[in-house]
Amino acid sequence: MTVAGIGLDNVTKQFPGGTRALDDFCLSVPDGEFLVLVGPSGCGKTTALRLIAGLDKPTSGKIRIGERVVNGVSARDRDIAMVFQNYALYPHMTIYRNLAFGLRERRTPKREIDRRVREMSSILSLDDLLKRRPAQLSGGQRQRVAMGRALVREPKVFLLDEPLSNLDAKLRVQMRAELKRLHQRVGITTVYVTHDQVEAMTLADRVVVMSAGRVQQIGSPQDVYRRPANLFVAGFIGSPAMNLLRGQARGSVITAGELSFRRESVPDREIVVGIRPEALVPGAADGAPALTLEVELVEPLGESALVHGTVVGSHAESGAEEEQAVLTAAGSRAPVTAIFPGAAQPEPGQRVPVAVAPERIYLFDAASTEAIY
Amino acid sequence: MTGRTAITAPADRRGPGAVEPGEERERAQFLFSPWHLVLIPIALVMLIPMAWMLVTSLETLNEVRHFPPTLLPHSPRFSNYTDVLRQAPFARWFVNTVIVTVASVAGNLLFCSLAGYAFARIRFFGREVVFVLILATLMIPFQVVMIPTFLIVKHLGMINTLGALIVPNLAGAFGVFLLRQFFRTLPVELEEAARIDGASRLSVLFKIIIPLSGPALATVAVITFLWTWNDFLWPLITIYSPDNMTLQLGLTTFEGTHQTSTNLLMAANIMSMLPVLLLFFLAQRFFIRGIASTGLKG
Repeated sequence: MTVAGIGLDNVTKQFPGGTRALDDFCLSVPDGEFLVLVGPSGCGKTTALRLIAGLDKPTSGKIRIGERVVNGVSARDRDIAMVFQNYALYPHMTIYRNLAFGLRERRTPKREIDRRVREMSSILSLDDLLKRRPAQLSGGQRQRVAMGRALVREPKVFLLDEPLSNLDAKLRVQMRAELKRLHQRVGITTVYVTHDQVEAMTLADRVVVMSAGRVQQIGSPQDVYRRPANLFVAGFIGSPAMNLLRGQARGSVITAGELSFRRESVPDREIVVGIRPEALVPGAADGAPALTLEVELVEPLGESALVHGTVVGSHAESGAEEEQAVLTAAGSRAPVTAIFPGAAQPEPGQRVPVAVAPERIYLFDAASTEAIY
Repeated sequence: MTGRTAITAPADRRGPGAVEPGEERERAQFLFSPWHLVLIPIALVMLIPMAWMLVTSLETLNEVRHFPPTLLPHSPRFSNYTDVLRQAPFARWFVNTVIVTVASVAGNLLFCSLAGYAFARIRFFGREVVFVLILATLMIPFQVVMIPTFLIVKHLGMINTLGALIVPNLAGAFGVFLLRQFFRTLPVELEEAARIDGASRLSVLFKIIIPLSGPALATVAVITFLWTWNDFLWPLITIYSPDNMTLQLGLTTFEGTHQTSTNLLMAANIMSMLPVLLLFFLAQRFFIRGIASTGLKG
């Protein structure tokens, strides 16, 4: 199977209404990589995918597949395959014909079509379904057919647009693993679009975090989690989201609400302090910065529990919030979520001390939103 | 027939022995609703002309002219039908009508699909303006364009040929409009998937869109069929030799200047109506069956 890298050079896409879906977008995907575009709705990730597919034309900029600039090449000649969010299986054709459609359109010999369809159907366990029609299949089966239809042509590039979002939670986890296994097996350059950061983290070789038509950060899942480039990435990656408090840096001392600790070489300025829920430990540790969490709500998860509450301080927005937070503390208190071990569950109304190791605290410039390391 | 299916289907799906009191009431409502008090008399009124036509076609000319009218012929004269076939080139007219109708239906399905698809999905300069212009032609009565059309057909040298009946009716604004509207309701992802799969525009239309547009195409086919089959005015002005007449035109030859063989005319009418009735029943079944378009979720 031939694979090819993808490149987008300074691509801008402006829709007739004036909406700029992509703004000077640059991206380079090496051969065989599994790249995930992730971001909130309307960030331009699907637009980027459609431009690569050739379903839309960029307003400016170059798109490359392999060595070839494909701006003027139609979708059918780009040698790509795409899985749509709603699968877009041809309802009037059997599964066999759905899988064979692309090969037939490319005038592949009949025996070759049959061989490839049967091979693909056995990889995806669709053997028993070949004579059925899409309407007779379950969601997960349709999803597999959609992937099979894309892969059976052995395309250079595999594009997926939120392929798991129509499945129920359990099936989604299962298909996610299956997708990763499939990629390891066929090794095809893959661009995957999702708004679900768990999918992004679990599947990707590299993650592209997008917002408002721009790249916020590109890096491995560990990178974007451990070293978010800015406030947006910090707020978007990680579940539950990072806790953010407004604070100041004065003479290498950082203060935010009750929190106070030293961090060398941070210039004096307004900052935002970020602490991941998993970095907050119940109980006060010696010398570690500590907060007093007033518990409002506990969500037991078995092994651990999500503890939602408030601390003294002022809340900061990351810009990645999909909707208004459940707990919006008024005035001088800011909402904070912590992950406690299941055995140490506090009661609502309790005030519990939580500590955080100073090296696990992120700092962001309040004005530019860039991270300070 | 279709009414019965609608009544029994829900009960059948639940299986035997699952009928609860509430459902019993529901079924009773289906069997007779107050609407039937209105619908049944209307249906009877609609049936009277047909029944009269059937009765007349089986009477002698004297019975036809008798007053008060004879509601039942003394002995049904089936020979009226054979007389019609003997007196006039009825078979010829029938074949002519079939040729014209089939060609018009096929032409409409093909050309209206092509135009409808272009208007629905392909972006081109002036698309909306041209579409509105085409729609506007629906408001122009046939009588207004009759003479210009006649002149065009005459210049094409097709007067008094079947071509005169076929060519101007190969495509129609209504079909273009109806199919465009229907094509727009189909999920665009299906077409995008097919294009990525390597299908050309035409391939997308013929392999994806048209197979999914059964109900809309059937509507266009039925309307074109009925219009062409029953058209009288246009054949009247373009056809004059009996060999090229259609049924509707031929039927008028039974009306003489001084004497009309009403009984034969009605027998001929019955025969020319049969294909339309047949089509009506077939097409109705097709409409109700619909088409499963559930390859998409959400």
